[in-house]
Amino acid sequence: MIRYVLGRLTSLVISLFVASIVIFGVIEVIPGDPAAFMLGVNARPDTIAALRAEMGLDQPLITRYFDWVTGMLQGDFGQSWTYKTPVSELIADRIWVSLPLALYALILSTLIAFPAGIYAASRRGRAGDVTIMGATQLGVAIPNFWFAMILVLIFAINLRWFSAGGFPGWDDPAQALKSLTLPAIALALPQAAILARVMRSSLLDMLGEDFIRTARAKGLSRRKALWKHAVRNALIPVLTIIGLQFSFLLAGGIIIEQVFFLPGLGRLIFQSISARDLIVVESVVMLLVFTVIVVNFAVDMAYAAVDPRLRAKA
Amino acid sequence: MSRNLIIGSALSALFVALAVISFLWTPYDIETLDIPNKLQSPSALNLLGTDQFGRDILSMIMMGARTSIAVALLAVGIGMALGIPLGLLAAARHGSLLDELIMRGNDLVFAFPSLVIAILITAVFGASAVNAIIAIGIFNIPVFARLTRGAALPLWERDFILAARVCGKSATRISVEHILPNITNLMIVQGTIQFSLGILAEAALSYIGLGAQPPTASWGRMLADAQTLVSIAPHTALVPGFAILFMVLGLNLLGDGLRDWLDPRIRVART
Repeated sequence: MIRYVLGRLTSLVISLFVASIVIFGVIEVIPGDPAAFMLGVNARPDTIAALRAEMGLDQPLITRYFDWVTGMLQGDFGQSWTYKTPVSELIADRIWVSLPLALYALILSTLIAFPAGIYAASRRGRAGDVTIMGATQLGVAIPNFWFAMILVLIFAINLRWFSAGGFPGWDDPAQALKSLTLPAIALALPQAAILARVMRSSLLDMLGEDFIRTARAKGLSRRKALWKHAVRNALIPVLTIIGLQFSFLLAGGIIIEQVFFLPGLGRLIFQSISARDLIVVESVVMLLVFTVIVVNFAVDMAYAAVDPRLRAKA
Repeated sequence: MSRNLIIGSALSALFVALAVISFLWTPYDIETLDIPNKLQSPSALNLLGTDQFGRDILSMIMMGARTSIAVALLAVGIGMALGIPLGLLAAARHGSLLDELIMRGNDLVFAFPSLVIAILITAVFGASAVNAIIAIGIFNIPVFARLTRGAALPLWERDFILAARVCGKSATRISVEHILPNITNLMIVQGTIQFSLGILAEAALSYIGLGAQPPTASWGRMLADAQTLVSIAPHTALVPGFAILFMVLGLNLLGDGLRDWLDPRIRVART
């Protein structure tokens, strides 16, 4: 078990290191002079030189990379060029939209997928199964930002149950949750479709196992064997998918935030891209990648904790 | 043939046909604006209505199909062209440092949130169809590399490969002449699935303005344009959305259908 944890920990560190190199490289090295890029084509040379000094671009590449990484480790993400405020403050404001949105969507996706997947598996080949599997085919194929627009059309514009966009802040948690509901549904649906399919096939695999036959031979009803033995074991692969989905939801939120005009990290990235505020783009992207890699690591650990076979092997 | 295969190939063929026909003919020219005729609902003159500039939406869907298919197809091409050789190499040198490096590199790319990196690439290098292809293509490489290696490894244990080795064939020749033909079906099926994911990714990137640029038509940008019009002219949002949905659905069904059809074990079981 210790060897397994150490192995995963090593690859976690390597992943983060490579990710930081790639992001730093793409932003600061490849496009030429970031200061000139940020100021646009009409900038005067002395303005560019001043910004270069302010951004520390006159320093060697290695120094700049280490400054950036050590700064981030201490919570210092640098200073935004357009907002003139620390990037960490910008992130802190917006993460309270993006993170709750991703979690909300994750909960919804799980709440939809579990019953759907279990029901489909227990009715294999019958009308209920065929209907649910057909619905998941549609769910996987639907672009979530388009689904979001349809939700707005129906529930905000026609029925007026929700607002079409914007975020009132967390002063009134009920209103805040309400304004995140349509975005969370739009984000959750395609992921729920995938999760329901995984849940169903994982459960069907389990139902073919010897221990289920033994449980049935002992006299357990089909329903009891399903709930007491199969579902618990089928959860292991499902858990992995849920972990992976968190990253999809966090990244997918970037686009959904655009549809609903939510002031989250996604909007921050796009505003910074159009304002050429590369320091903000660099830090937000690194933060997202960091979160995704760490969550994947946590999933691996959880996996090892629930699956004794994996521990024994390692 | 299964129902999936029939519906899937029909839907996919429909969109490919629209894209091909658009090279020869579209009902209207999409570069001519006709403002007085804007936001018309579907009618006999404009089968799918017109957009905010009075352009014919059916013509734009046909031109957009071209963009979507080209971007997704080339992205799959990048994934296959680099991923399959890497996978074959890793399998041929199974257990070596090279194998380990290729597989860890794969894990790394998998760990990245693809959409975020695609946004980063297109943001820095400029929004264009070519950069969208590269951004989507990069994330196809590990998919094909991993699948190829996984399928090739058990083949290396088989007698016919042993026979080829006894004949003195090199690992490269065995990979190309014996392993590759045996995993082609698998690659076709995965290619179809990645193709459909590519269509979705292209739509998402052009929706946020990081895909193909005007005047190139794209379904994602049609949706972005429609966003503020959805309450007054819902067809401007419904039509491109359904185009994406049916194209992706068609490819997914085609992939499922091909998998069953190409797998001799399932086919024998059925007959």
